[in-house]
Amino acid sequence: METLQSATQSAVDLQFKVQDLNARYTEAIDDDRLEEWPDFFTDKCLYRITTAENEANGLPIGFIYATSKPMLRDRIKALRQANVYEAQRYRHVLSVPRIVSGQSGVIHVRTSFMVARIMHTGETMLFATGRYEDRIRIDGAQALFSEKSVIIDSRQVDTLLAIPL
Amino acid sequence: MNIRVWPTETLTRIPYWVYADRDLYAQEMERIFRGDTWNFLCLEAELPKPNTYRTSHLGDMSVVVTRDANGVVHAFENRCAHRGSILCHKERGEAKEIACVYHNWTYDLCGNLTAVAFRRGIGGKGGMSPDSHPEEHAPRQLRIEILNGLVFGTLGKNTPPLETYIGSNIVPNIRRVMKKPVKVLGGYSQVLPSNWKLYMENTKDSYHASLLHLFFTTFRLNRLSQKGGLVVSENGGNHISYSMAADVATKEYEQAGMRSASDKFSLEVPEILKSVDEFGDGIGLQILSVFPGFILQQIRNCLAVRRVVPVDVERTELVWTLFGFEDDDAALTDMRMQQSNLIGPAGFISMEDGAATGFVQRGARGADDELSVIEMGGSGIGSEESRVSEAAVRGFWKKYRDLMGIV
Repeated sequence: METLQSATQSAVDLQFKVQDLNARYTEAIDDDRLEEWPDFFTDKCLYRITTAENEANGLPIGFIYATSKPMLRDRIKALRQANVYEAQRYRHVLSVPRIVSGQSGVIHVRTSFMVARIMHTGETMLFATGRYEDRIRIDGAQALFSEKSVIIDSRQVDTLLAIPL
Repeated sequence: MNIRVWPTETLTRIPYWVYADRDLYAQEMERIFRGDTWNFLCLEAELPKPNTYRTSHLGDMSVVVTRDANGVVHAFENRCAHRGSILCHKERGEAKEIACVYHNWTYDLCGNLTAVAFRRGIGGKGGMSPDSHPEEHAPRQLRIEILNGLVFGTLGKNTPPLETYIGSNIVPNIRRVMKKPVKVLGGYSQVLPSNWKLYMENTKDSYHASLLHLFFTTFRLNRLSQKGGLVVSENGGNHISYSMAADVATKEYEQAGMRSASDKFSLEVPEILKSVDEFGDGIGLQILSVFPGFILQQIRNCLAVRRVVPVDVERTELVWTLFGFEDDDAALTDMRMQQSNLIGPAGFISMEDGAATGFVQRGARGADDELSVIEMGGSGIGSEESRVSEAAVRGFWKKYRDLMGIV
């Protein structure tokens, strides 16, 4: 009985850790704290954004492909210093994450998202919907993404995709 | 056609109403996209085997491109002879014949109407008169030409042969990139808040590249001081802008104090720019366009075709297909994947293009009869070594005016 209780407790703990990671991750983006964004990842990591169509057809190239934390920092640096785009913000709304497999170590988690884009003019649009296919490394109290695949449902992106999803 | 103010004597002035006029847009669809032009439809690799199809466009008109049982490529209007319904509503698929879902009229892969459901009725009742010839209303079939794996189609009766149309000074640069069988590596599309012509002008505008796109400039991917050139086809409509990969350390930008020069900017992982000279000629960048809506891009090892699809007068879909070659090894594929970060709507060096065309669209509102100034590099459309030139943009307007009957 006690064993069952403790198993349930660790499942709840794990679910909490994942939800907390998701919440902090999207808040950092939506609050324009983009410099913190790379810190949600392990040093060696994979972050990519692609379309559901590419994914279904096994095609490797999508919008963004980064294979390390320094590459994520480079992207933010480019956004802040180099790239030209109109001021805009996102608002992420996530589903409850589902732990697909794993209980400790690296777990596979799937979460749906909807992202609204709010332009400086006030224009608000539904910018992207899709799913995160995540590999999350759980290390004690710490949870970090070792892989985050952002699979957009549509193949279309309006105007440009500057801020990460 | 009611042509409003249009300076007739020069290609260096373009009135802003051409980006927002609904009647003009309708005329363009007819005279340009459904007229005597070659429109890029797809890569041959997108029809990988017999009995496959994919949908594409002539302007805003949907077309079906097929590869028949014998491997021959065809294209025809995506419109049923009966009530005009779309025939293929999926982007791509496999089919031995194509049936309209509405009333099951059936077509072969050339676009010929082969069967009309219940044509003679049921039990001698209903059906169509023997005198009726619905075949006469069958979807229009396009003339097709394929150049090194690029499928082009035209509805024009007087469109010259494809290679003549593209021009002898441009064709070798298509062959240069499309040198062996290609493999599709991915795709996506970008919806631009602007008229289609603004994107084509942007592509042909080699002057803006290192001024708008700081990423390019900082990493010396494409400084205007770098050796390169601009080639425009005789008819004006087609162009190549290229530069050599070798870096030339110059300070023109810094001395000019332009926004786009920043010494503070450095990458932690410059490896995303790592490349190999796979074409063996030292050209690091080649942007090539064919009027009205095709772009072939080689940025280092990042290869793509872009198809410009007008959606509405102030809205354009840019369909990107990224590719490598069938015989690429894993290392080269990985290099192409890394470099893919440079392009597309999220690309370090191309995300600005989506915004820039929209800026013009918005800026020009209320200025219909004002004129834009296109004088960099003079007033002609000749090829030149300098890319501080708008010769290819003027070339676009020369071809445009010829087709639209604006003299």
